[in-house]
Amino acid sequence: MTFLEELQDMFPEQVVSVDETIYEQPVVLLNGPDATAITKYFLEDHGARLVTVFAEDRVAPEGVFYLYYVFDKAGNPSWVIVKAPVRAQDGSFPSMAAELPAINWQEREIQDWFGIEAAGHPNPRRVALHDNWPDVHPLRKEFAIDAVLPPFEGEQHIYRPTLGEGVLQIPVGPVHAGIIEPGHFNFAVAGEPILYLQLRMFYTHKGTEKLFENLPIHRAVFLAESISGDSAFSHGTAFCMAIELAAEIEVPARARYMRTILLELERLANHVGDVGAIATDVGFVIANAHAGRVREMLLGLCETLTGSRVLRGMVAIGGVRRDWDAAQIAAIDDTLQVVEREFRDLVGMIESSDSTLDRLEHTGILRPEKAKMLGVVGVGGRASGIDLDVRRDHPYAAYGEVEFHVPVYQQGDVWHRAQVRIDEVGESLRIVRAALAMLPQGPFRAPAKPIPPGRCALSAVEGWRGEIIHWVRTGENNQLERCKVKDPSINNWPAIVEAVEGNIVADFPVINKSFNLSYSGTDR
Amino acid sequence: MFRILQKTFRVGMATKDYPQVSARIAEQFRGRPVFDLAAWRDARPAAAACPTGAIKSGDHGIVRSVAIDYGRCIFCGECAAASDDAGVRMSKEFELATMSREELVLTAQFSLHADGTHDALMNSTGGPGSEPIGMRVSAAIQELLGRSLAIREVDAGSCNGCEQEIVALNNPVHDIERFGMHFVASPRHADMLLVTGPVTRNMELALRKTYMATPDPKVVVAVGACGIGGGIFGTNYASLGGVDAVIPVDVYVPGCPPRPEALLHGILLAVGRLRRKDAGRPGAENTAATSVVHRK
Repeated sequence: MTFLEELQDMFPEQVVSVDETIYEQPVVLLNGPDATAITKYFLEDHGARLVTVFAEDRVAPEGVFYLYYVFDKAGNPSWVIVKAPVRAQDGSFPSMAAELPAINWQEREIQDWFGIEAAGHPNPRRVALHDNWPDVHPLRKEFAIDAVLPPFEGEQHIYRPTLGEGVLQIPVGPVHAGIIEPGHFNFAVAGEPILYLQLRMFYTHKGTEKLFENLPIHRAVFLAESISGDSAFSHGTAFCMAIELAAEIEVPARARYMRTILLELERLANHVGDVGAIATDVGFVIANAHAGRVREMLLGLCETLTGSRVLRGMVAIGGVRRDWDAAQIAAIDDTLQVVEREFRDLVGMIESSDSTLDRLEHTGILRPEKAKMLGVVGVGGRASGIDLDVRRDHPYAAYGEVEFHVPVYQQGDVWHRAQVRIDEVGESLRIVRAALAMLPQGPFRAPAKPIPPGRCALSAVEGWRGEIIHWVRTGENNQLERCKVKDPSINNWPAIVEAVEGNIVADFPVINKSFNLSYSGTDR
Repeated sequence: MFRILQKTFRVGMATKDYPQVSARIAEQFRGRPVFDLAAWRDARPAAAACPTGAIKSGDHGIVRSVAIDYGRCIFCGECAAASDDAGVRMSKEFELATMSREELVLTAQFSLHADGTHDALMNSTGGPGSEPIGMRVSAAIQELLGRSLAIREVDAGSCNGCEQEIVALNNPVHDIERFGMHFVASPRHADMLLVTGPVTRNMELALRKTYMATPDPKVVVAVGACGIGGGIFGTNYASLGGVDAVIPVDVYVPGCPPRPEALLHGILLAVGRLRRKDAGRPGAENTAATSVVHRK
C-alpha cells in the first residue's frame, strides 16, 4: 500500500480526494478546516516536518478560503500538500501553534491578511499588520491593491511589559545604527544579560503578495527578484520554477546548469560577506576588509555573467535571458581560483585569532531541540543539528547531477553558523566547477508559451539563507491568482529570540548577523 | 599578527580610483538604456515589456506620446530585447544621478503610420545629462565640512538590494572614507540622509522622525528605482512610493540597485548641493526641520 493510499485508509471521512497531477506534489483535499489529526499523523508516524502553512481566498468561485499545509518527509523527494477548506461563513480554523511553534507567525499572518481566525492560538496578536492599522485584510480578493488607507492612529506596537526589580527595556529600531534593514527589537535586560527579546517585524511590508496578483506573469519575475534583494536570483528562480511546473515548460539542460552556477555564486558572495561581517561585529575589522575584497571579485564575476552585480535580470521563465560565450565561461574558473585562495587566507586569519574565536564560540547558542521545535531552516538550522538542504532533498536545476556534502553541526553557536558558511563556500566552489565541466550545449531558454489558467504548483530553492518556497495559482490573461512566498527568515526570526537569551546586549549584533535574516523577505 | 601584516603587504592597494578615472566595469554591465528617438520605429513593444512601467506609450489619433522615466528603470534590458529596431540599446552609462525628479524623465512625440509604427519624431525633452563630478568634490568637502561628511542611511522599505551596494561603499575597493565621508549611527550626527525605498506605510513615521532629528543644513539622497518612484512596487495600500512623497529630496540616484560608483556619483553631486544650501542659510543657528512637507 502506498503512503497516500494508507492516508486515505486512515482518514476515510476527512480525505475527499488526492490529486497527483504534479509529480512529487500530491494534493490531499480535506472535507473541512481541521488538519490537526492528519498533521499529527504525518509528524509523529512518519517523522515528517510541517514546512509551511498559507491561505488562499477562493470565496468568489468556491465560497471558501483554502489553507495549505506543506509537509516534507526526510528521505522522500516528494512534498505532500494538504488542502483544507474554510467556509467563508465560518471564517475560522483550529490553530496548531500551541503544539507547533514553527507556525506561530504564519497562522497569525493568515489571520491578519485574510481575516480568518486561527481559533485557540496561544498568542493571537497581530504580526503581519502593525497594531495601528485599520481593520483590513489585504489578501482578500475584495480588497483593492491601491486602497488608500486613512492615517494610522494609536500605538504602532503594544509590547508585553517585563517586570521585576532592576529590569529595564531597551528599544532599538526600526532605524538601526548600521546599514541594515528596519525592524524593532525590544530587549528586557537585568544588568547586561538579555532576559527576553520581543521582535516587531513587517516594517518593510510593501504588498508584495498582493502585487503578484496584479502584474502580468512576465513582469512578476522582476517582482520576485525584489522580494529579498540579496537573494534576487534564488527568489527569481523559485518563482520561475513554480510557473514552469504549473505551465509544463521544460527548461533546457544548459539553462539548468547555468542556474545552478548562478545560485551558487549568490551563495558564495553572501557567505563570504557574512563571514567578514561576523568577524567585524566582534572587532576584527581587517578580516572584513579582506572579505569585502573577495566579495567584490564575486560580484564582478556576477556582473560579467549576467550584467548585474547582484544577478538581476537574468533568470526567466523557461531558462535564462542570455547565453555565455567562451570568455565569460573562462572568467568563472579564473575568478574562483583567486577567490578560493583568498578565502582560505581569510579563514586562516580568523581561526588563528584567539580573541575573535573567544567571542564567537559559545555565543548565541540555539539548541538543536529548540531549532527543531521552531522549524529553523538553512544555515541557522544546519549549525543546530537540522540536516536539511533542498538541493539534496528535493533536487532542482542541476543539483541532482553534481556531488556535494551538506555540513551539519550540533553546537548551534555563532562560530558554528560561521563554520557552516565556511564549509559551504568549499562545497559551492565544487558545485560550480562540476557544473561548469558538465555545462551542456544547446538552447538556454525554452520558447515562450501562454500560461494556462487554474494551475497550481509549488517550488523550493535552497537560497543561501535556507529554504525558499513559492506557490502559485495561475489565472486568466497571463496573470496570477495567488503567489505565496515563504522566505526562510520567517521561521528563523523566533530562533534569534531563543539564541540571545542570557547573552549580553553587546553580543546581539553578532548573533543577529550570524543568522543574517531577511527583513524584506519576512515582511514582503 | 605577523600573518595579518604579511597579508596586508602582499595584497597591497585594493581601492579603485573612481571618480578620478572612469570606472572599470564589466563589458556586460547594463547601464542606461539609450533611445535613438529618430531611429526608433515603435515604442509599444518596449512599453509592454517594461516591468516597472517606466516606459509609457499613449496614442492620440496619429500622435504618440512616449515618456521614459529613468527614475523607475531597473536596467533589466527588456526594452532593448523587445524592440527589434535600432531605437533602443543598453549602454554602460551609470552616472545618472540628478537634482530634480523631472530631469530623469525623457518625453517624445511621434507622428504615426497607419500600422502604429513611428513616422517621424516631432519633439523631445528631458533625460539625464550626467554632471561631471571628479576631484573638485573632495576639495568641496574639505572646505565645507572640515574633511568630513556624515551620512545616515535609512532603509524606508527596501528589498535590501540597495543596502548591499551601500555597504560595499565601505569595503576597501570603493572605500568612501577616502573622501572624508563616513556612515554614522545616528541622524543627529548626520549631514546627509541616504534613503532607500519604497517608503512603506510602516516606515513613514520613522522616516519623518529621522529627517526631523537631522540638523540643518542637510541633504537627502533618494536611492534606487524604489527610493525615487516606488520602483516595481509603485504606490499601493502598503507603499507610499518614492522618498519625496514623505520628505524633500535633493538628489535622485537611479539603479536597481545603483552600483557603488553610481552611489558615489550621487553622493558627490549632493555635496555640491549641500554647499549651496549652507551658503544660503539665514543664520548660523540650527533652524531644525519644521518644514516637512507632503509633496504630491
